[in-house]
Amino acid sequence: MRYLPLTDTDRQAMLATIGAATVDDLFVDVPEVARLDGPIHGLPMHASEMAVERHMKALAAKNLVAGEVPFFLGAGAYRHHVPASVDTIIQRGEFLTAYTPYQPEIAQGTLQVLFEFQTQVARLYGCAVANASLYDGSTACWEAVAMATRVTKRKRAVLSGALHPHYAQVVKTMAHFTGDTIADAMPAITAEPDLDGLIARIDEDTACVVVQYPDILGRISDLTPVAEAAHAKGALLVVVNTEPVALGAITSPGEMGADIVVGEGQSLGVGLQFGGPYLGLFAVRDPKHVRQMPGRLCGETTDAEGKRAFVLTLSTREQHIRREKATSNICTNSGLCALAFTVHMTLLGEKGLRELAAENHRLACLAADRLAKVPGVEVLNTAFFNEFTLMLGGKPAREIVRDLADRGVLGGVSLGRLYPGVAALEHALLVAVTETTTEEDIERLAQELEASIKETV
Amino acid sequence: MNAPNQSGWKPAMELSEDGMHNGPATTTGNRALMLEEPLLFEIGRVDVTGVDLPAIDPAAPTRLGGLARSEPIGLVGLTEPETVRHYTRLSRQNYGIDLGFFPLGSCTMKHNPRLNEKMARLPGFADIHPLAPQSTVQGALEVIHQLGGWLCTLTGMPAVAMSPKAGAHGELCGILAIRAAHEARGDAREVVLVPESAHGTNPATAAFANYRVEDIPATPEGRVDVAALKARLGPDVAAVMITNPNTCGLFEKDFREIADAVHAVGGYVYCDGANFNAIVGKVRPGDLGVDAMHINLHKTFSTPHGGGGPGSGPVVLSEALAPYAPLPFVRKDDAGTFYLVEEEDREERGPTFGRMTAFHGQMGMFTRALTYMLSHGADGLKQVAEDAVLNANYILRSMEDILHAPFAASGPCMHEALFGDKDFGGGLSTLDVAKGLIDEGYHPMTVYFPLVVHGAMLVEPTETESKAAIDQFITAFRAVVERALAGDEALKQAPYYAPRRRLDETGAARKPKLAYEG
Repeated sequence: MRYLPLTDTDRQAMLATIGAATVDDLFVDVPEVARLDGPIHGLPMHASEMAVERHMKALAAKNLVAGEVPFFLGAGAYRHHVPASVDTIIQRGEFLTAYTPYQPEIAQGTLQVLFEFQTQVARLYGCAVANASLYDGSTACWEAVAMATRVTKRKRAVLSGALHPHYAQVVKTMAHFTGDTIADAMPAITAEPDLDGLIARIDEDTACVVVQYPDILGRISDLTPVAEAAHAKGALLVVVNTEPVALGAITSPGEMGADIVVGEGQSLGVGLQFGGPYLGLFAVRDPKHVRQMPGRLCGETTDAEGKRAFVLTLSTREQHIRREKATSNICTNSGLCALAFTVHMTLLGEKGLRELAAENHRLACLAADRLAKVPGVEVLNTAFFNEFTLMLGGKPAREIVRDLADRGVLGGVSLGRLYPGVAALEHALLVAVTETTTEEDIERLAQELEASIKETV
Repeated sequence: MNAPNQSGWKPAMELSEDGMHNGPATTTGNRALMLEEPLLFEIGRVDVTGVDLPAIDPAAPTRLGGLARSEPIGLVGLTEPETVRHYTRLSRQNYGIDLGFFPLGSCTMKHNPRLNEKMARLPGFADIHPLAPQSTVQGALEVIHQLGGWLCTLTGMPAVAMSPKAGAHGELCGILAIRAAHEARGDAREVVLVPESAHGTNPATAAFANYRVEDIPATPEGRVDVAALKARLGPDVAAVMITNPNTCGLFEKDFREIADAVHAVGGYVYCDGANFNAIVGKVRPGDLGVDAMHINLHKTFSTPHGGGGPGSGPVVLSEALAPYAPLPFVRKDDAGTFYLVEEEDREERGPTFGRMTAFHGQMGMFTRALTYMLSHGADGLKQVAEDAVLNANYILRSMEDILHAPFAASGPCMHEALFGDKDFGGGLSTLDVAKGLIDEGYHPMTVYFPLVVHGAMLVEPTETESKAAIDQFITAFRAVVERALAGDEALKQAPYYAPRRRLDETGAARKPKLAYEG
């Protein structure tokens, strides 16, 4: 077998050193009833690289590749162009096959990358400190709520109705078990989010209010009033961002007064990958909250010769030291995705990120204008970045999306899929546009959408 | 035993009194291939980018609701050649499995096959959206279904939840399923029992799910104290969390008896499957009475550790817990079509405890793990476990004459050998041995874990090392241990040859500097 270096001669020599007759003698502590005699039934036998490749390629061929068709899906996962050098770097064995940098003297590569990553994320979010990553945006969102309950010693979180419904589900699932109270809501189909309504739900028991920016319908609005209202009641503002590229064009959550900013970093460097692995981003505006943060933190220090060096720090927050008193149970995070994010962000820089954001917005404006001309279609949003909501004139968006797929266009995400069974949202379609979208793609979507609406009852 | 290295060559250079090489200082601070690298923020520029994009048209209309950025973000950029060089130079300050032996106990640093990487990058897997219409992602759903099915086969369990993002997330999934199952019976239990030797994630997970954690002691032979555990069992115990093989590297031979006792008082058995690589294809945890067990695809099934993730932590579940599995999950209908069961599917979803993550789990890890499983097959996976256990026992028996091996008399170890720092001279400790191994060209073993052994050193060779590589490690390990036993003061300053000497970790924590300032 190509991955196993021991030969039978080696095995015999090693057994002799150990003083065992057969390898099964090493499994004597396994009770007889639990031992399997031969290879387990139900799995194929080993296969050559060529044969495995054939099997996997046949499975891959059953999927419709996003890059091969006009593609407009978003809702928390965005298709961006990732420069070729990103993948080259993350495939370097020194990064790919290393582990959590427990021995800093021989892990300065990973550690310096994490320090750069933390700095990039903190600056993008308008915050003081970011951690070394969490699993994804949705779990980061729950960790933010959990942290807010620790900081405020309150147990109620208010969720904006326009928070990604899967993120809200994750928060509600966890809160059920921790005993926290979650006040959630459905999104109202309005051109602008109802921030006054959200503010009215904040009370003296509220630990935090959670707002997505841009929100699930693609809307963007100034969250400063929400921050002020939350702070007036002693609550924290948690802002969730699922599209980091947007922050190249719009004011950061930290500048608007957010206390904890979390999000999904998948847009930069990571790719779609059918939903994972992704990259949870987590930052705080005020450094005084650092000791309540979840996850790994990389800090600067010096070595015995006075050279600058980096090391995982403030570990007394973490499970391997604090066990049941840790701020989170997280251990492995999204290290390699953080590297991909950082390399992509380094290639972009301030200039590139702003240009990328401008290009996304330009194409999204083009798409919104063109799609608004499709009979029966209206653009809901007043403001948006690269994603907006279309109202389909009473036609069911889920069926339209399936029909568009049959026509060779991946036309968006229906709110019907995100909010199953909610009649008020059935006719809304989320459309995302990035720099990978061409004007031809937009025209094709407009034409197929028009045809599909005509033919769908 | 082999010579210290294959050629028998030994460096002639001696250390000077300050521990430095005898040689002139360099202007740059570099030493040939050991290259210093500044921070990105010291070399990047605000107006430089490595991506060619259209220039911004300041006159272009925007619909940003008056929220256009007015302040600089504070990022810097590099061109492509500078970017590649910056991160390549940083990579060379890292130790990885590709470079050498990495016996980090409990973490299973085995070779990461490159076919896995190639398959995960097929556009049909890498470039598909999680919310794409299901008719367009049948192959992806089939991967999840097939991998999940084989995980059930290998563990002898009836169900699996695929969405957990890493081992600790899988633990949480299992514990939440247990809590949901108790709640469904109106049974409010408060306590989870966790052995002292458990991974820190176990008690952290139980506490996160609002359970009170109680420790169960270990026996002198390194296993769960069954009598103590049984004495503590009662109607308030929701579950026990036991790692098997355990973190002392031993098989919990009384696992079935423990499971039966826990079930008898209405509790559930969570098995931490971090060490499943020792028994894959040899033992089915389902035959031992397990109710829930996570499987770290990045350990047993060779997906890369990536400098700290991403991992993947599917959880196999017993009949009793399966109904509470989190959404979404993949099913196959009679016509052979795969579909996702999500929130709306009220009849099929059952009494699920909810959702753990935005999408369907770590697809990129699923494709890698499936590739690995197909490569090894049923016969190869069994050999994986056997070779991993053989290698660990070989190290145990090659070291026990000079290094304290607290459980060596307990019988064979499984996939990892545990040592302690008893008998070290001159105030030397496990940390010094670890740093000495760095100078010898090895990544150290896991140190100071498990907590049940003083100065623990947990050595996990995995199955992907050759006998020659292991012999060479043993030679180096013995040499460093002998220095520790002799109280060699020089070891206290090791490492001498790494990119950095020992770090001021206390200073880092006292005045945390967590982002670049300037």
